[in-house]
Amino acid sequence: MTTGNFENWAGKILDIGPIYPFVGWEFILFILALVFWLGWHAMQFRVESQEFHEGVEKIGNPDGMRKALDRNGD
Amino acid sequence: MDTEFGAINVLFTEFYYWVTVVIMFLIHVGFCVYEVGASRRKHHMHTLMKNTMVIPVVTVTFYLFGWWIYSAFPNGPGFTGGMVAAPFAEPWSELMGPHMGGAPATDAVTAADTALWARLNGVFWAAFLLFSWTTASIVSGACIERIRSGAFWVLAALIGSVLWILDASWGWHPQGWMVRLLGYHDAYASGVVHAIAGGFALGILLVLGPRIGKFRADGTPRNINPHNPWLVTVGLFLIYTGFWGFYAACNIPIFDVQSGDGVFYSATNIYLGPTSLSAITFNFIMALAGGMMSTYVVSKGNPFWTYSGGLAGIIATSAGNDLYHPVQALLLGAVIPVIVYKLHYWVERRFKIDDAVGAVAVHGYAGFLGVVAAGILLWGYPSSPDSSFAVVTPWGNFIGAVIMFWVLGFIPGWISAKVLQAFGVLRIPREVEIAGLDIVTDLDSEQESKEVSASVRQAAKSAGLVG
Repeated sequence: MTTGNFENWAGKILDIGPIYPFVGWEFILFILALVFWLGWHAMQFRVESQEFHEGVEKIGNPDGMRKALDRNGD
Repeated sequence: MDTEFGAINVLFTEFYYWVTVVIMFLIHVGFCVYEVGASRRKHHMHTLMKNTMVIPVVTVTFYLFGWWIYSAFPNGPGFTGGMVAAPFAEPWSELMGPHMGGAPATDAVTAADTALWARLNGVFWAAFLLFSWTTASIVSGACIERIRSGAFWVLAALIGSVLWILDASWGWHPQGWMVRLLGYHDAYASGVVHAIAGGFALGILLVLGPRIGKFRADGTPRNINPHNPWLVTVGLFLIYTGFWGFYAACNIPIFDVQSGDGVFYSATNIYLGPTSLSAITFNFIMALAGGMMSTYVVSKGNPFWTYSGGLAGIIATSAGNDLYHPVQALLLGAVIPVIVYKLHYWVERRFKIDDAVGAVAVHGYAGFLGVVAAGILLWGYPSSPDSSFAVVTPWGNFIGAVIMFWVLGFIPGWISAKVLQAFGVLRIPREVEIAGLDIVTDLDSEQESKEVSASVRQAAKSAGLVG
């Protein structure tokens, strides 16, 4: 059993092509990468909006804003 | 790989590009350090992460489609002429992974494809990828302290993995239509990397608006000073250092440049025209010197502008640094940064553009003017070893500069920022901008520190160490 496309280095090297496992699954891997990328943006937008919401709740009142300005300056 | 010379050439070329990638990494380190220094303390960690995350976002997208775009669209003009097949660059190709260069596993690529690309595809991809990070990083600095990171990362993918690489396919490819029809010459990417990124940033800034407090009620600008000027200059020093790798990566190290009978091995520029590492080393340093000297004087010794002027000097001469005389590089590298410096403040006052780090000026204006200057200084030079291609002309390079800065830079930047603005995700909330992007984490860590401190004091008290 092997996940690769070759079983040893003893033969003619020029007969060896791709050396990563699961040759033939490249399009599936591409789709997985695409989903990973787009999913990351979607999750990141959600996390960032939540962070801003939390920030506005903490400082979106005169007392909170005064504290923030005292702490961080202008 | 079946002859000694062929194998050494391929393995050397593979190693050569790998080294350029490592050196170019310093450009990104420099941009991050620079931006952190330029931002105010209340924003600085978010500023760091905004630019740091360019690395993964642009890397993934450049793997998925950026590298393929470069090889697919040289035909032109524009999008006409049909696409060129580039099976080695498709993200599902066996050649977009570790490969020994032997028998193909599928019919999608030929034995000739695998023999040529197996050991070069990864390092070529990475060298172009590092240029991609640079384009996004240039944009990053201009919009600090008020753009949402999520919005910026979408824009980073657009400039880094679509727009700049499309312009490279048109004007920075041995068969690019801008080279073939316009005689466009931009050997070290004044236009294809810097002008487009500057134009894109300007389009975004117009929609994004200035930082709170940047302009007085009468419209005159205030200086928002960096929280750490020393860090800003270290960042620029790192960019200078990484720029050496950028230049080397624009060359092909060993190539037979002799047309017809005979063989003559030389380094070439991206268009396969002969040049040498010595040529670009002369000109890189002389242009840097020119830019630093002139901006030191014009800015009255301002460190930020002196360092940026050196960078602008290199960018201003990059289009022709394969062919210029070093004194030409010195003088051009001195004059253009002064124009850029003046233009930055004029645009700021006239259009209320808040370019926080001068990126539009140093990269955009210097890149644009550098391309125009190369068209004049190299008038009549061959743009390619292929004698059927148009020669370099002032009008060919001027049109090219307009395509880079305005058509592929400014317009897409303005439109994409408008779209993000329409969805309400372009700019951070006003309260967060005033209090600081790091406010939530700052308040949380303050609370955590208080808790830890209280617990330590309690432990000391329990042990009888304090009264």
